[in-house]
Amino acid sequence: IGGKPKAGRAGSDQPKPPASSSSANPPRLRYSQGGSSSGSNNNSKGAKANYLKASLLSFPPPAPPVPAMAGLLHLHSTLLPSASLLRQRGGAQAVPRRRRACRVEAKIREIFMPALSSTMTEGKIVAWNAAEGDRLAKGDPVVVVESDKADMDVETFHDGFLAAVLVPAGESAPVGSAIALLAESEEEIPLARSQAASFSSAAASPPAPQETVAQEASPAPPPPPPPAPVAVSVPAPPSPATQGGARVVASPYAKKLAKELSVDLFAVTGSGPGGRVVAKDVEAAAAAPKKAAPVAAARPDVPLGSTVPFTTMQGAVSKNMVESLAVPAFRVGYTITTDALDALYKKIKAKGVTMTALLAKATAMALVQHPVVNSSCRDGQSFTYNSSINIAVAVAIDGGLITPVLQDADKLDIYSLSRKWKELVDKARAKQLQPQEYNSGTFTLSNLGMFGVDRFDAILPPGTGAIMAVGSSQPTVVGTKDGRIGIKSQMQVNVTADHRVIYGSDLAAFLQTLSKIIEDPKDLTF
Amino acid sequence: FDYDLVIIGAGVGGHGAALHAVEEGLKTAIIEGDVVGGTCVNRGCVPSKALLAVSGRMRELHDEHHMKSLGLQVSSTGYDRQAVADHANNLASKIRSNLTNSMKAMGVDILTGFGKIVGKQKVRYGKVGFPEKEITAKNIIIATGSVPFVPKGIEIDGKTVFTSDHALKLESVPDWIAIVGSGYIGLEFSDVYTALGSEVTFVEALDQLMPGFDPEIAKLAQRVLINTRKIDYHTGVFASKKITPAKDGKPVLIELIDAKTKEHKETLEVDAALIATGRAPFTSGLGLENINVVTQRGFIPVDERMQVTDADGNVVPNLFCIGDANGKLMLAHAASAQGISVVEQISGRDHILNHLSIPAACFTHPEISMVGLTEPQAREKADNEGFEVSVVKTSFKANTKALAENEGDGIAKMIYRPDTGEILGVHILGLHAADLIHEASNAIALGTRLQELKLAVHAHPTLSEVLDELFKAAKVNSGVSHSVNEPVAA
Repeated sequence: IGGKPKAGRAGSDQPKPPASSSSANPPRLRYSQGGSSSGSNNNSKGAKANYLKASLLSFPPPAPPVPAMAGLLHLHSTLLPSASLLRQRGGAQAVPRRRRACRVEAKIREIFMPALSSTMTEGKIVAWNAAEGDRLAKGDPVVVVESDKADMDVETFHDGFLAAVLVPAGESAPVGSAIALLAESEEEIPLARSQAASFSSAAASPPAPQETVAQEASPAPPPPPPPAPVAVSVPAPPSPATQGGARVVASPYAKKLAKELSVDLFAVTGSGPGGRVVAKDVEAAAAAPKKAAPVAAARPDVPLGSTVPFTTMQGAVSKNMVESLAVPAFRVGYTITTDALDALYKKIKAKGVTMTALLAKATAMALVQHPVVNSSCRDGQSFTYNSSINIAVAVAIDGGLITPVLQDADKLDIYSLSRKWKELVDKARAKQLQPQEYNSGTFTLSNLGMFGVDRFDAILPPGTGAIMAVGSSQPTVVGTKDGRIGIKSQMQVNVTADHRVIYGSDLAAFLQTLSKIIEDPKDLTF
Repeated sequence: FDYDLVIIGAGVGGHGAALHAVEEGLKTAIIEGDVVGGTCVNRGCVPSKALLAVSGRMRELHDEHHMKSLGLQVSSTGYDRQAVADHANNLASKIRSNLTNSMKAMGVDILTGFGKIVGKQKVRYGKVGFPEKEITAKNIIIATGSVPFVPKGIEIDGKTVFTSDHALKLESVPDWIAIVGSGYIGLEFSDVYTALGSEVTFVEALDQLMPGFDPEIAKLAQRVLINTRKIDYHTGVFASKKITPAKDGKPVLIELIDAKTKEHKETLEVDAALIATGRAPFTSGLGLENINVVTQRGFIPVDERMQVTDADGNVVPNLFCIGDANGKLMLAHAASAQGISVVEQISGRDHILNHLSIPAACFTHPEISMVGLTEPQAREKADNEGFEVSVVKTSFKANTKALAENEGDGIAKMIYRPDTGEILGVHILGLHAADLIHEASNAIALGTRLQELKLAVHAHPTLSEVLDELFKAAKVNSGVSHSVNEPVAA
């Protein structure tokens, strides 16, 4: 979504959150005050800072990021549905009341956990300054959040009513997740509360693995969460501690665990003195049914025979791909011998260096010599020469796609680059990438070699100049220079580039340089 | 007169007074009916700090996350309950004999028996069952201290339902203990018990846990000391309707009633209950009626010079009362400070102790300390007297030493007058808070103003820089330079 809003055209092609039939139009979070239409102000300037602002402006994404399943290769719009949105399938329908030009209104906005520092990944809510039902004006401090550095007051950016508190004081939430719902008017408060109910059902369980399960949930609105499945002993005789079901005697830690793990204390048999429920009873109860759920499902089953609307992220991908059709792209392929690179990799693998980092570094070094391949055409009329070489690498995670960016890849040594890459991947898996960690790429790498793919064409992400598709390295029978037959490991790379700024010869020269670097990689490890 | 000064009670208050009196050349006797050292040494500060030292270390060693973040591996930790109890007991014995010896060495007569005032400047004492002796004294100080207060309806059996006196012997470590009362005593015990593996439930009559603390500190203390531990709580309830000790395999039963409506709320079934609902003055049997002194809820009424006042409000000459018995500030060091103040007066130099400069500390992990007024108290005073109040805060997360120790959880807060630079109160929650507070308490005692403190140098990197941050962040209108540092590092 987003990308190139056409300024001045009301209605039709204004960026809308992906319209999906039964899932709600995700509420749009606006972290900073918006202009009239999302991004139209920003595009005209074209500066990177404004792209960040645009992304913050446009979409539902939590400004600092996290559940950032980035609009993929769509680098300048952060189409990042928050974790809560992913869970919120079938929540409230957003009915635009008054149609203001160019915007789809959502009545319920989310207040999300902000990143108060660049190192913050989650925050603890110290206290809520307002209670549910209170009216808030823009700029009112709503909640006090503790970060890794200090306690800060967080203000609301919109007028409205604090409809529902999703994360109570004393608990933590990852940066970017929703912590409260803000209704525009009092009538919407009950609506928000019903949305809140669907949040809390998912909120109780640990976020990451549950996300994938929730993501593929049926489109129907989730029924009110049943008391978490427990019943360790099926015909549970009322444990002596419950005195016939009137109350349950549980130790303090057992109670805490039960709350965290969503275990119903009444259904747990206590093993403590007098039939008291103790912590390990609760843990046992929680473990049993949970193990049934396939936690490691990276690719959840596809519901055959049904029509599943796009999630916000998938919608974003689709939108970006469609937009790329407007760019005149061409492709140039090259076969590169990787024996030397493979040998180098074997040597330094123990130091934590990955193939991705090696390829990124080689690409960056080649780009140093061919800056035009690192440029892009933002407005159709000029070259935007990027001052840094930021290699975005497409990574498939959790059924989605994300492009963490290795910034200034030419300037970092291979070991730092590898470390950084590992950090980025971990963050991406935990959905905690910040905007500049996924939308600041100037050149993209996409590698399907791990599947055995030998050659493919990648689609150019709007806003960049080129993307390189890397295939797998295969032992190939070749004719050598001295007329013999030999075997070399070769991989095919295929670059898609925007012909408005990158011409055939530019691309070919770049690939020639790249292949020289890869075939003689001693400079990669300085 | 047989003596210039007779002190009834050889606890910390009496001991402090006795030593100072001897320095001033007064012929001094001290009467003790139980053990020298009183509560503090035998049933209070000393053994509890020994137990807290153990619990602090246990907690650290058990905290795998904390250890890992420092790069340490700890394979297995455990404790021997008897050895821990012995450490506390041995320490108490040692301090007790130190106290006794110091008084003997200074030439204080230690008289054994329960003291009683029989008339103006006349004291009788004797052990139960033995004949009493009578002595005359120019001045008398009552320093009989306090005992744990047990509300009616609670049956103490010393094993499953007990007070701090018993708890400090650490005869057992229950799986689940209910602590009735969430003041500093209850809080310290929760620290000890949870570190040794118990789970704790607080029962608090007021609506807030830790009611005596500054509310902001109490909030953070709750997050750090309670929420992260195996502790839950019930507030706004009384447990005093009935607590039945464990019998025949049944657990301790505690009936909770709503503090306001007195309706039954819940019955707790726990392994043990610690009654920490405060301390009651130990003043019966002192013969106060002989001199027309009437106690108020057991406390002996005194004026600001610790002189006892009688039922008609008149000062009783040559009779003083210090420490827990007068209820002004029930802390060991307050008792001895009051004792010293009295001896100053007896020696001819008028002295009025400024109680607002006496610090207090709670030795949980992390520690809490305070001196002066809480924020609400300060604001109330400001409203009444018509001056402005400002508050500055800083986080331990901004302190290098705290971060090096990976103990960034903490906050320090100072309430002051921006017009004069006077410090009204300082509250600290964090590593070594109990030691750090003294800079502030000294400043208050000596009347040092913030304008001067701003220029004081603190060694780097130390935790004291937390206070330095507060001083430097304070904005004082009168005088010298303003430092506009933000107290919380971004």
